[in-house]
Amino acid sequence: MEFQRKDLVAIEPLAPEEIVHILDTAEGFLEVSRREVKKVPALRGKTVVNGFFEPSTRTRLSFEIAEKRLSADTVNFSASTSSVKKGETLLDTVRNIEAMVPDAVVIRHGAAGAAEFVARRLACSVINAGDGRHEHPTQALLDLFTIRRRKGRIEGLTVTIVGDIANSRVARSNIHALTKLGARVRVCGPPTMLPPQVERMGVEAHTRVAEAVAGADVVMALRIQKERLGRAVFPSDREYARVFGLNSRVLEGAAADAIVMHPGPMNRGVEITSELADGPRSVILEQVEHGVAVRMAVLYLLLGGGRSEWNS
Amino acid sequence: MEFVIRGGHVIDPASGLDAPRDVAVAEGKILAVEPSIDPGPAPVVDASGLWVLPGLIDIHVHLREPGQEYKEDVASGTRAAAAGGFTAVAAMPNTQPVNDNAEVTRYILEKACRGGVCRVYPVGAISKGLRGEDLAEIGELAEAGCVAVTDDGHPVSSSLLMRRALEYASAFGVVVVSHCEDLDLARGGAMNEGLASAYLGLPAVPAEAEEIQVARDLLLVRRTGGRLHLAHLSTRGSMKLLRYAKRMGLPVTGETAPHYFTLTEDAVRSFDTHAKMNPPLREIADVEAVQKALRRGVVDAVATDHAPHAPDEKEVEFEAAPNGVIGLETSLGVTLRLVHHGLLDRVRAVAALTWGPARALGLPGGTLAPGGPADITLVDPEARWTVDPAAFFSKARNCPFAGMDLRGRAVGTIVGGRTVYWNGRILAENLETAERLPT
Repeated sequence: MEFQRKDLVAIEPLAPEEIVHILDTAEGFLEVSRREVKKVPALRGKTVVNGFFEPSTRTRLSFEIAEKRLSADTVNFSASTSSVKKGETLLDTVRNIEAMVPDAVVIRHGAAGAAEFVARRLACSVINAGDGRHEHPTQALLDLFTIRRRKGRIEGLTVTIVGDIANSRVARSNIHALTKLGARVRVCGPPTMLPPQVERMGVEAHTRVAEAVAGADVVMALRIQKERLGRAVFPSDREYARVFGLNSRVLEGAAADAIVMHPGPMNRGVEITSELADGPRSVILEQVEHGVAVRMAVLYLLLGGGRSEWNS
Repeated sequence: MEFVIRGGHVIDPASGLDAPRDVAVAEGKILAVEPSIDPGPAPVVDASGLWVLPGLIDIHVHLREPGQEYKEDVASGTRAAAAGGFTAVAAMPNTQPVNDNAEVTRYILEKACRGGVCRVYPVGAISKGLRGEDLAEIGELAEAGCVAVTDDGHPVSSSLLMRRALEYASAFGVVVVSHCEDLDLARGGAMNEGLASAYLGLPAVPAEAEEIQVARDLLLVRRTGGRLHLAHLSTRGSMKLLRYAKRMGLPVTGETAPHYFTLTEDAVRSFDTHAKMNPPLREIADVEAVQKALRRGVVDAVATDHAPHAPDEKEVEFEAAPNGVIGLETSLGVTLRLVHHGLLDRVRAVAALTWGPARALGLPGGTLAPGGPADITLVDPEARWTVDPAAFFSKARNCPFAGMDLRGRAVGTIVGGRTVYWNGRILAENLETAERLPT
């Protein structure tokens, strides 16, 4: 299969085969990261700009490592050091980046739709590294990659996502990706954290963790993002941990071989206990390792590598 | 007799007329509407194949002057109005400075006199500086020519202030126009709360943010007897509340905008900032409820909430974009779309653009009754055209209907017996210098 897209701005428009193709491609790149010499020449001579208009450590590091392992030239800028602070509009920033003719722009931005805004105006490839509360497609892809490696499949699995679904771009991208590949998705949180009409997105909504987790093959905790909440949608960390936090007792109801995931960074003791996060069911660090492979696959497929074998 | 419009089909909802008629004009007024009028030596306008309507009135327009002339000004806004078939517009007070004093009202009227090509009715502020705290000098505003007061763009959050406005304004025969929005509940939302917002992750406003204040204002009318007009209603709940209030005999009228009976929240799915306005585009059930309310005459007026913005201001991230779309040059065509689709009777459609808005704000015109001003709009109901914002007379291009194929368009706009617009051209510098007939 040939990957025809210029950009990866969201999971929603992707066909199931496209998602599978990215995951399959990532399998090969996982091996690269485990070699002594962790580098392939696939993107030699290509320039990738990492535009982070919103703070990020993990995602930015992951993209940068992925780019370097593909031999791309990478340039970073973040909002704190860029002209954005001087009041430049996103449109002007984009035009200036364009003038320097990069081959791809990775963008993290606080506004929903920012990646699409940029993608429509740039001739080069654009990869969404998180746009507001909209989508975070590479996170969903690395989550699916991790699930598939552990479970051998996605279809037919029951995946429970617990947390602030309404304000989570990770949840949104995962809901799209998982339902497209035939998983049964349950979302769980206090009603103040569930988007309106969420069932119409093809998921089951729960407000009791025990019910949501019962029989689940995969249980994913989301970070409680206090900075996103304009006004409290839950009374306290303490109550959240007590009622919606994941711990080993709650996990007893899940499938015997259930895995536990978290997109990070974690609030230990709030949405997940350390015991669970560091325990045998946890695949949280695998998610991080897989993030690099998945991002290598996305960069490789978008930047035209898809038209020839990368390691031949 | 100055001239006679012959062979047209007159629709005058105020008199229930929907028939072929000739219209005679004298001294800027309607002289006669008869099955056949002998023009004698008077010139004749051939209106065969055309509808002859009372001049269209848009009671919700942002002309942006003074203060934001880069978006629109009285000259460009009234040209857009005339090209859209409008003979009169009501100008909202959220200018810079705010139209909360007679000085600004007079400034707007003077601009209209010098460079406007349709009638301009200023609307004053309810509160000083639109701050929602102290009443503006409504008596002086009314004396200077304001036909209504509103804090449009900002809801009046204080129930006490709204009560006082309804009471106080009634002494001057001035209508209170309410922008209904519970700011606390809306909390910075950028679109409707529904399935589309669940997909997009944009902060969203529930329908109840509008409806709660509609209900509050109606209760305050019950208490005060003040004359209330509800601006840009967009939800099915608002339609029900307005219907209920009218059944109770409350002195209330309401308007909606073409986008609310034409587009749904799905128009936002591509993060198109030209689909961003306040209140936001709602769900299909709301769109259908607004159409039904127009059919039943529950909603009195179609008003555009014409809100011009510069292209740079709209070409930003969705959340950062200002609210508002323009509508003067598409309102008639988009309203007639309902007629062509069999969703609205043509007399009702015309009423919502003429007699309804005139009554809502107590304006002259809105009918072709003899003795009234000769404000007349000639419409080719079959003209097919495609909306192209680049061709607009407005300075702004933020139109949500770009590319839409429409049927029905104004071909001539006559204000006080003077032709200001004819077949794609503005014919005058202002109403004083306008010629009687197109040459």
